[in-house]
Amino acid sequence: MNPLGHLFCSTIGRKVIMAVTGIVLIGFVIGHLVGNLQVFEEPDRINGYAQFLHTLGPVLWVMRITLLVCAGLHIWAATVLTIEDRKARGAVDYRTKTWIQATLSSRYMRWTGYVVLAFVIYHLAQFTLGSVQSASYKENLPEYTMNADYHVMGIPVVHAGTHVHDVRSMVILGFSQPIVAFFYIFAVGLLSLHLLHGAQSLFQTLGLRNSSWGKALRAIVTLACLAYFLGNLAIPGAVLTGHLKLNPASASSTP
Amino acid sequence: MSSEKNSKSISVTLRVWRQAGPNKPGQFVEYPAHNLSPNMSFLEMLDVVNDELTVKGQEPIAFAHDCREGICGTCSLVINGEPHGPHEGVASCQTYIRSFADGEVVTIEPFRAAPFPVIKDLVTDRSAFDKIQQAGGFITARAGSAPDANATSISKVDADLAMDAAQCIGCGACVAACKNASAMLFVAAKVSHLGILPQGQAERDKRVLAMVNTMDDLGFGGCTNQYECSAACPKLISHDFISRLNGDYIAASFRSMFKQAPAQTDGGAG
Repeated sequence: MNPLGHLFCSTIGRKVIMAVTGIVLIGFVIGHLVGNLQVFEEPDRINGYAQFLHTLGPVLWVMRITLLVCAGLHIWAATVLTIEDRKARGAVDYRTKTWIQATLSSRYMRWTGYVVLAFVIYHLAQFTLGSVQSASYKENLPEYTMNADYHVMGIPVVHAGTHVHDVRSMVILGFSQPIVAFFYIFAVGLLSLHLLHGAQSLFQTLGLRNSSWGKALRAIVTLACLAYFLGNLAIPGAVLTGHLKLNPASASSTP
Repeated sequence: MSSEKNSKSISVTLRVWRQAGPNKPGQFVEYPAHNLSPNMSFLEMLDVVNDELTVKGQEPIAFAHDCREGICGTCSLVINGEPHGPHEGVASCQTYIRSFADGEVVTIEPFRAAPFPVIKDLVTDRSAFDKIQQAGGFITARAGSAPDANATSISKVDADLAMDAAQCIGCGACVAACKNASAMLFVAAKVSHLGILPQGQAERDKRVLAMVNTMDDLGFGGCTNQYECSAACPKLISHDFISRLNGDYIAASFRSMFKQAPAQTDGGAG
């Protein structure tokens, strides 16, 4: 059998697909959070950052397609494995079901996965496509004028005076609706729980984990997941508690 | 343990899966088990219940057993939802009645997995494990007699690690405990025990690919890294071996891509 056959046709191969696509998606969500935390700095930062991403053009599309393919493969592998796993139990299940040592996060991977998928769809509809909460969608808000250059690694990529989408106001207006903010917090909480098992599990699947450093891995992943959750909590949390406000210029021009 | 606790007799109610034969419908039936010695083994308790059933002219409960000292891997009960009962590193035959409370309802089920069909009551057909073994759980090199074995030096660490894996008695508790009925811990133990030793290197890649392939073909599920298997294992085989199996499988898959194949594989010299 060729290696691609091993990858797609064996249980271990499909787990490897889960692990590798998981690594890509974990890399993305961390980068996404770090980028978004710029919302706490002056409006130039997050708006310049969003404009910079759009100027990437084909590179942005390569990134988007890679992420979609990874998410698709991750879901495909999970679905196929789940169907096989259920068949493997046989026609009659146990009457008494117990867990001996499986962690909480590992028991609810499928459910946390469903909620995260629903969240991702809403999130894209809200901030990327503008098909929900369209009143506060960036294309329907007054444009923002950059006060200073936005730099990436010391290179000015968005210049002062450029008219850009007011992403900062979109985020703040979007999270001003408590139900949206709470759903966001709930979903990233479950995503953190998903990653608590997933990020450890991928090392096992790739043959890299063993008990000599398994406890250290668990500690590192737990801290990383907690930090990831708090980072994500900060944005809607700051909007809800009034710590993150619209900038005076856009507030005055927004009806 | 106090002698008072050990001398007091215990009565429990058994809730046992009864199934007349393969592919027959089954159901749970309750049996009282009175005046049990706390120092009876779980299987001895079943013997006593079966004696009573036989005297009454009823069909005794079929259950698998052989050595009754925890080394053969024949006993296979799921007691109160846990394969081999409540204790860590202990097979059903080494589980004692003192582990249960007086008046407790004890549910006894067979191992549940599609590749382990029920033959009768609590007895399952675990020959699927033999098929996995036949696919690659052996070496073809002549191991020779005892002095020849000593000619190949093996580090203490490797020898110990290989023996940790070789402890597997093939009982199937890992499959029974896994929510996916995955045989990964069994396959990992068998693959690692030979793969760590120098004598097992010749067929290392072929072995891991063939055994995993057979495991999948037989209908065992995949591993979700919840480690219920190692927790249920009567020999406490570590799930570290599953990680090793994964690594071996990935490496063997890649190596098989670049491996040159001989012009013909059948027949020997001449």
